[in-house]
Amino acid sequence: MHNKSLSELSTALHSGDISSVELTQHYLDRINKHNAELNAFITVTDARALEQAKAADKLFASKKAGALTGIPLAHKDIFCTQGIRTSCASKMLDKFIAPYNATVVEKIDASGMVTLGKTNMDEFAMGSSNETSFYGPVKNPWDTDRVPGGSSGGSASAIAARLAPIATGTDTGGSIRQPSSLCNLTGLKPTYGRVSRYGMIAFASSLDQAGPMATSAEDAAWLMNVMSGFDKRDSTSVDRDVPDYTASLNDSVEGMTIGLPKEYFGEGLDSKVAATVEAAIKTYESMGAKIKEISLPNTSLAIPTYYVVAPAECSSNLSRMDGVRFGHRAEDPKDLMDLYTRSRGEGFGDEVKRRIMIGAYALSAGYYDAYYLKAQQCRRLISNDFQEAFKEVDVIMGPTAPTPAFRFGEKVNDPVAMYLEDIYTINTNLAGIPSISIPAGFVDGLPVGLQIIGNYFDEGRLLNAGHQYQQQTDWHQRVPEAFK
Amino acid sequence: MSLDKNDVEKIAHLARLAIQEDDIPHYARDLNNILNLVEQMSAVDTSDILPMAHPLDAHQRLRPDEVTEVDQRELFQSIAPKTEAGVYLVPQVIE
Repeated sequence: MHNKSLSELSTALHSGDISSVELTQHYLDRINKHNAELNAFITVTDARALEQAKAADKLFASKKAGALTGIPLAHKDIFCTQGIRTSCASKMLDKFIAPYNATVVEKIDASGMVTLGKTNMDEFAMGSSNETSFYGPVKNPWDTDRVPGGSSGGSASAIAARLAPIATGTDTGGSIRQPSSLCNLTGLKPTYGRVSRYGMIAFASSLDQAGPMATSAEDAAWLMNVMSGFDKRDSTSVDRDVPDYTASLNDSVEGMTIGLPKEYFGEGLDSKVAATVEAAIKTYESMGAKIKEISLPNTSLAIPTYYVVAPAECSSNLSRMDGVRFGHRAEDPKDLMDLYTRSRGEGFGDEVKRRIMIGAYALSAGYYDAYYLKAQQCRRLISNDFQEAFKEVDVIMGPTAPTPAFRFGEKVNDPVAMYLEDIYTINTNLAGIPSISIPAGFVDGLPVGLQIIGNYFDEGRLLNAGHQYQQQTDWHQRVPEAFK
Repeated sequence: MSLDKNDVEKIAHLARLAIQEDDIPHYARDLNNILNLVEQMSAVDTSDILPMAHPLDAHQRLRPDEVTEVDQRELFQSIAPKTEAGVYLVPQVIE
């Protein structure tokens, strides 16, 4: 039951072969059995899930069910869920019960899907290994001595171990795509503004974007249809029609021009990962796609630029965590300043503090032009590189991450080494363009992702390219032995 | 340039973060490493480049000046650490 696509599950539910209660219970049983080992979920909403499943079964009985009705899913614990703890994996929000729903949650609830729980993540989505979570690290089902990637590591681990058929994630610098790569999943970061950010706890507002994490491009397309669309409650939401992302899945990729940026295949890329990605690109060639070498000359600027823009925006966003209106509050503050500084000092972990301090410094008097303004200018150069490239090619392909999953403790004490993990993903967040990671093979038993980058609002083409590859290969159907 | 102990204390104050004396050296080291990474930006000339604040160069939308939110004070204050008579309580600020 847990190795079926959303389309197969939908058919089984509509035909009455299974009920949503049975399906939901099946996943809850799997969570019960495996979550202690993987730590993929922070909160399991079992009672509520079964209520939602019963409601879904009534809709089937009265023939009012939609395509996704009754199918379980997990939410990254960054999305506000009314009446349910929304922790962002931080001590700061350990007891925070969200008073409202994120738009993404509202839309998914309205589709009739069943929420199994809230998944673990790096604290406030800051990290690439899920080791910064207040609730402890998440394990990679492919090798439990290794990280699942981050920040959406809990969603990735849960799907890879088949504890949920699909999940939501968010991506500020690679947080959907890198864990998808490390856990053998399909993960899409949409165009900035495509999916509402309302009720998604903000990290870096000009970069954050929510998207689906799934076992296949087809499943991701199904969830994108529900997640996408204009929201007047998000001031950066884009008012533009949402296509049916499933309609273009079967288009041919013959004649599609694929750009290979030489900067994505150079120093720092594991040679076996490079060979795996190159083999995947060969498959596209055999399907009739054309290959063109391109250059994105400002690629090396992406990480320096990001580590000004993201910390600056996070230091501003996280100023709302002040111990006054919600969240952690220090005991017996002697004055207001002591209340602020100790509540924040106790509530935030090390990585969050580092980024807040970098941001506060970059925005402080006398430094704004040298850091934030300069970074915004570099951001334009990075974006211009992509726009130049898209004059000649339809999509850009390369690795998602420079290495397969690494071991716990390997990078967590060296922030800069950890930041380099996102070297191929960060630039698309800075440019605001969509990008997908799909399973492309294995290196020493560990999954490797192929990244496909498109121009603004080209999610349909990325999902189509992913789906066509998944018609030729079965990497995406592989499940780790212990979780079959 | 390099941040020292005083700089770290000043930044922590600006960020309203209490940090332990013992932790200052490792924060100084980490922040300096991050700033060295960021320093790579200075290698490019950006003098004529327009700063990019928004990926789609969008502008703020306007909406009719109508009340669209309802009062949910009780709900929002139900999750606050300390409230009384509809206000948030903090240590006394004015004598």
